[in-house]
Amino acid sequence: MGHRTRAAITLAAALCATPAFAGWEPTKPVEIVVAAGAGGASDQMARMMQAAIQKNNLMKQPMVVSLKGGASGAEALMYMKSSEGDPNKVLIAYSLIYMLPLSAKIPFNWRELTPVSVIALDQFVLWDNSAGPKTVKDFVAAAKAASAPFKMGGTGSKREDHVLTVFLEQKTGAKFSYLPYKSGGEAATQLVGNHTESNVNNPSENLEVWRAGQVRPLCVFDKERIAYTTKVTDTQSWADIPTCKEEGVDVQYLMLRAMFLPGKVTPEQQAFYVDLFQKVTQTAEYKDYMEKQALKPIFLTGKDMVQFLEEDDAVNKSLMTEAGFVAK
Amino acid sequence: MEALGLLLHGFAVLLTWKTLVLMMVGLVLGIFVGVLPGLGGPNGVAILLPLTFTMDPTSAIVMLSCIYWGALFGGAITSILFNIPGEAWSVATTFDGYPMAQQGRAAEALTAAFTSSFIGSLVAVLLITFLAPMISSFALKFGPPEFFAVYLLTFCSFVGLGREARHKTVISMSLGLLLAGVGMDTVSGQLRMTFGSSELLRGINFLVAVIGLFGISEILLTMEERLALRGHAASISLRVVLGVWKDLPKYWVTLFRSSFIGCWLGITPGGAIAASFMGYNLAKRFSKDPESFGKGRIEGVFAPETAAHASGTSALLPMLALGIPGSGTAAILLGGLMVWGLNPGPLLFVEHKDFVWGLIASMYLGNVVGLVLVLTTVPVFASILRVPFAAVAPMIVVSCAIGAYAIQNAMFDIWLMLGFGVVGYVFKKIGIPLAPFTLALVLGNRAEDAFRLSMIGSGGDLKVFWSNGLVGSITTLAIVLLFWPLIDGLLARVGWTQRAKPAAG
Repeated sequence: MGHRTRAAITLAAALCATPAFAGWEPTKPVEIVVAAGAGGASDQMARMMQAAIQKNNLMKQPMVVSLKGGASGAEALMYMKSSEGDPNKVLIAYSLIYMLPLSAKIPFNWRELTPVSVIALDQFVLWDNSAGPKTVKDFVAAAKAASAPFKMGGTGSKREDHVLTVFLEQKTGAKFSYLPYKSGGEAATQLVGNHTESNVNNPSENLEVWRAGQVRPLCVFDKERIAYTTKVTDTQSWADIPTCKEEGVDVQYLMLRAMFLPGKVTPEQQAFYVDLFQKVTQTAEYKDYMEKQALKPIFLTGKDMVQFLEEDDAVNKSLMTEAGFVAK
Repeated sequence: MEALGLLLHGFAVLLTWKTLVLMMVGLVLGIFVGVLPGLGGPNGVAILLPLTFTMDPTSAIVMLSCIYWGALFGGAITSILFNIPGEAWSVATTFDGYPMAQQGRAAEALTAAFTSSFIGSLVAVLLITFLAPMISSFALKFGPPEFFAVYLLTFCSFVGLGREARHKTVISMSLGLLLAGVGMDTVSGQLRMTFGSSELLRGINFLVAVIGLFGISEILLTMEERLALRGHAASISLRVVLGVWKDLPKYWVTLFRSSFIGCWLGITPGGAIAASFMGYNLAKRFSKDPESFGKGRIEGVFAPETAAHASGTSALLPMLALGIPGSGTAAILLGGLMVWGLNPGPLLFVEHKDFVWGLIASMYLGNVVGLVLVLTTVPVFASILRVPFAAVAPMIVVSCAIGAYAIQNAMFDIWLMLGFGVVGYVFKKIGIPLAPFTLALVLGNRAEDAFRLSMIGSGGDLKVFWSNGLVGSITTLAIVLLFWPLIDGLLARVGWTQRAKPAAG
């Protein structure tokens, strides 16, 4: 196939695609469904997208944020499941789509929804109080030496934070008492107030208390350091945090942030949202947000997305099984 | 006096025509959503949040916080006139406010409610202005044991100081605790009592229950008894307002006590509701004439309203300084702040002085303007009582249904509300108090979580509730209050009669 033909095919594909985008548009306000409480990372992200879409006129209809954080987010999943065929609802999903059905036997499967796009990956960082040990090694040593197990704060039970705690125990041999709080914000303040010794919050959840010098990041649970090099505190940037592997604790976990439509929507409707969120990822609001919250940029859609989801699902399932969190 | 200078600067930021107009608009909208049961502050603020995206942060937050103040004022209106609490923390206001309206003293009760709201907020704002840094470090002292101790204190003060037979209070509270367990259990990550229904996943929403228990059951009772609203159109004039104000100094102890309780509980999440109940119970406890409470005593309106508003206002402090919302509305405001690129946290006070002090200044202005606005509209609200029952009742039912639906956009909640209406009717008939039920429903989950987290942290050792001065004194106080009737009896026996010599009130 010559260059010319390939270009022609691309052009033809583009021509075909454009009418499809123009073909369908929401006629009602679009609900962006958040599977977490007010002020959490998902809510913040939803509000950022709401503002980005409104300020840049990306859609004629307004977008409303609808908080469905009941039952640790299961409310949002069941809500999406029961909205089959309704193209005016988008879910902003994270790892709960794999974990909740396993731990709480919620009758939900993400394959019943329509995938739109993966828009970011979220990091996890091991934090301790700024008055606590300064390195991972010291921290682990102190945790082992402590008479009562160190308290590890986190969001929810049998979820990503809890799983990370279990793997941290396995790799280091230290014991932790895991305290499940309702939100990452709560876990952050409880660490500042010395009610827990550590937490595994996302960067966004501990950002402000870190800037205020109240907590210290020990290591990031990824195979490479966070890319952002702008100074966040007086002396440190996100890139200055070592990976846990560098520090001798090989635990890695990244969490997806992805958009889904309910099941049984038309390809035109799906295409509209793929296009919409692609445009969102090009706005200044989105880029600014990604850097501020130290999120890993990614944009996957179509087949790539499904493949990513399948692999991610398998990883999460094996982690949950190994941690003993799968309900019988 | 750095705070004073900053505050003056805040006023300078605010005093433009544009801001003042936004403030008025916010207040009127707020009163309106406050009056509709269930619609309330959180929904009002959530609906209007997108409108403010294009404004600058200071104007936006001024408008939104004025909706909040308006809703705080408005919540009292339906509690007093119809025995339907517009907001969760207005439940205690119905105890004496509604009997007053029935006796034809609606205007007096409304004036008392608005005035005490104003006083409570004012005390809290003064506290925020001058003690912000100290208070936020106090809030950080609260870990799971401390939270549990506070909830325990609230429950115990109910049993020990309640006016109803104690066994009935305990029955009512236990039922509330049982229903609070429905849904996801955060500590174990398992579902409880959902029986495979996806509607029950969310758990039982507290506001839905309140609307049914108080609103619908009241309509049922009225239909059975008389088909008319009891309550005569009161003659409302400046004289009534001034009369209430003239009597204010007499109640300074109650006002002071409630403000203190309110500010203290406001900085712990969920505090406003607990504060209003505690303010009421303590006012009754220390009254010379506790029997007259619940029968239309003006002090019974002052006490819960002052406490609720002191805590509603001070709830904004942990939100700004720590990023923990103290109430539902504060949680939505928190979302707003982030959209405008302001991240609540310890540095907000340093990095965004204009915004923070503009907001604090708007608390002063918003409250003053709000008080004038609601007082001038008292006649309008009180005149609702003159409308025939046949016309008002369907409107109340519809507004209850809309309110119950709007909380979570769920049709199921309307059925739930009607169910609670019947439960409320039966409870009223057999003399089981509703307030302990609602209190247990709203605080039950949090108390349980706090208790279990304390136990995980301490390895199952109950001594954790006496592990430091703060938690130890709250827990001890709770136990003293629980056994207060016994202790009171013992004291009386040794000749320390408490009632013979009322301390200061």
